[in-house]
Amino acid sequence: MKVLIAKPGLDGHDRGAKVVAQALRDAGMEVVYSGLKRTPDEIVETALQEDVDVIGLSVLSGAHLPLTRRVIDGLRARGADSIAVVVGGIIPARDVPELKALGVREVFAVGTPLADIVKAFKDR
Amino acid sequence: MKEIRLHAGIPVKPVYGPEDVTGDAEREIGRPGEYPFTRGIHRHMYRDRLWTMRQYVGFGTPGETNARFKYLMAHGQDALNVAFDLPTQLGLDSDDPRAEGEVGRVGMAVDSLADMEEAFAGIPLDRVSVSLTINGMAAPITAMYYAVAEKQGAARERVVTTPQNDILKEFVARGTWIYPVAPSMRLVGDLIEFSTQRYPRSNPVSVCGYHIREAGCTTAQEMAYGLAIAAAYVEMMMGRGLAVDDFAPRISFNFTAWGKIFEEVAKFRAGRRLYARMMRERFGAENPRSWMLRTLIGGGGSSFVAQEPENNIVRGAYIALAGALAGGQTMALPTYDEAYTIPSAKAQLIALRTMQICAEESGAADTADPLAGSYYVEALTNEMEGKIVEEMAQVERMGGIVDAVKTGALQAEVARQAYLFEQRLNSGEIPKVGVNCHVADGGAADEPELELYGFDPAVAEAQVSRLARVRRDRDHAATRAALRRLTDEARGTGNLMEPIMDAVTAYATLGEMCRAMKDVFGEHKEPVRF
Repeated sequence: MKVLIAKPGLDGHDRGAKVVAQALRDAGMEVVYSGLKRTPDEIVETALQEDVDVIGLSVLSGAHLPLTRRVIDGLRARGADSIAVVVGGIIPARDVPELKALGVREVFAVGTPLADIVKAFKDR
Repeated sequence: MKEIRLHAGIPVKPVYGPEDVTGDAEREIGRPGEYPFTRGIHRHMYRDRLWTMRQYVGFGTPGETNARFKYLMAHGQDALNVAFDLPTQLGLDSDDPRAEGEVGRVGMAVDSLADMEEAFAGIPLDRVSVSLTINGMAAPITAMYYAVAEKQGAARERVVTTPQNDILKEFVARGTWIYPVAPSMRLVGDLIEFSTQRYPRSNPVSVCGYHIREAGCTTAQEMAYGLAIAAAYVEMMMGRGLAVDDFAPRISFNFTAWGKIFEEVAKFRAGRRLYARMMRERFGAENPRSWMLRTLIGGGGSSFVAQEPENNIVRGAYIALAGALAGGQTMALPTYDEAYTIPSAKAQLIALRTMQICAEESGAADTADPLAGSYYVEALTNEMEGKIVEEMAQVERMGGIVDAVKTGALQAEVARQAYLFEQRLNSGEIPKVGVNCHVADGGAADEPELELYGFDPAVAEAQVSRLARVRRDRDHAATRAALRRLTDEARGTGNLMEPIMDAVTAYATLGEMCRAMKDVFGEHKEPVRF
């Protein structure tokens, strides 16, 4: 499995993204990390170029809804719906239904144990 | 017996005695207020003056932030610490497409001088000390602050402000870099130089180990990287021909204290000793004020957890105690709801009350450096000093702090440490109550009833129309000329603060000023390593 861990928007907190990236790599997955402050278009482009199976978006600024919507819309526009999108970060429970409705497969809110995240990827 | 290892990797013995305290006590420990300041930078510490309490606040429009400032001041907070939203921190105007969804979210939105005027309306800038958590855009935002102070009629020598202005740590953690490393450093230097000359009580750089620790490094690395960054700025300013004693007394620091209490205390005691010696012996500073590591001790939101968040109030109290025992000059605590939301007013007040209870009721402020002479704390201070020196040498092996940041070697080390820490947390080696030990039956409770910050899209709309008004009403010729001058001077090597002040007072927007310099400087390309 190949995964793109991506930081959309302007949020500069990358500790969680890099920890998850290392954990997935240790679990045997191929992991690409986008670096900070990527636009949704750039993330979609990278996902296509790298031919990933999953995009993991990390957002801690509160802007997860508009950013996730734009990534998913971008994937649809490029006919890449088969790429799964998961979201992690500071995501209040009340926003989870809306993210799921957008098509997000899994939401890993702050406090999710690393093992659970790795397992969710493996079980896919 | 279970082995205990501190975050810095130091093993802890079950008991310490006089045989563990080596070295010349008079020389290594000394007295509070005296070189090498192991015991604190003031003779009587908090008996003469309590630490400043400075919560980090800012959200929504400048008007909303102004109201929260006044709320906290009415409850006894004596200084402000301003949070800016991400577009502001990155030099984007509120109507920039990249700012969508981020305007007014993690701090207040500032597009022009008009916003700073509103944020500080009714707050006398010759009487309140204000920290500005701004880095890549520190030069223009501080210029706006100086312009507001000027308009209020505040005397320059009475203006006390602390722009964070520490770009090196932004490349390692926090991420609000804009330009490549070299021009970013130049702007840091320009603001230090300008402020030193015009605003003698400003603290034009706050060197941060804090955020690097939040990103995952160890206690010893936090202090080591902070000292290495400070040294890089000192070298740069001396390279510009400034005498070290002209600017060094106004350098301040920002570290966290969320870990084990005695390790944190030892970190600060060792850090003060190392900084004093570095400034005196390596840089030849003669003014004792240049030798003093003055620091904000911030809480460290990364130690707060989402599970059973009320427990974070208790964690905050221990952080406050560690900060007081460590001898910090200013304190700020995270709020218990921080893992979920922009802090509520109630949570902010509890954080402030926590510091006040520590200061007034606990006795931690009664005497200077109360842990001095403890076999454990003195032994640990010496061991931490050794670890910090080791980590500073490691930075040198990466080519020095500036190169380590450019190549991403430092970022990679911090990410590695974050991952190691997470593994130790997951294995239970590092206990966290309610997370990996003493977990309630059936697991931690679901998200509790917290007051979630209701983000209102009207905030962005209001901010964008304010911006449009400013753009419409200003003297267009003056704004254009000021921006042109800024670009022209960016091509040279002179100090950019004068042209930035001109652009600010001509109501150029932050985005326009940022672009005027970006045309010359270009953008930083992140070395992606993990």
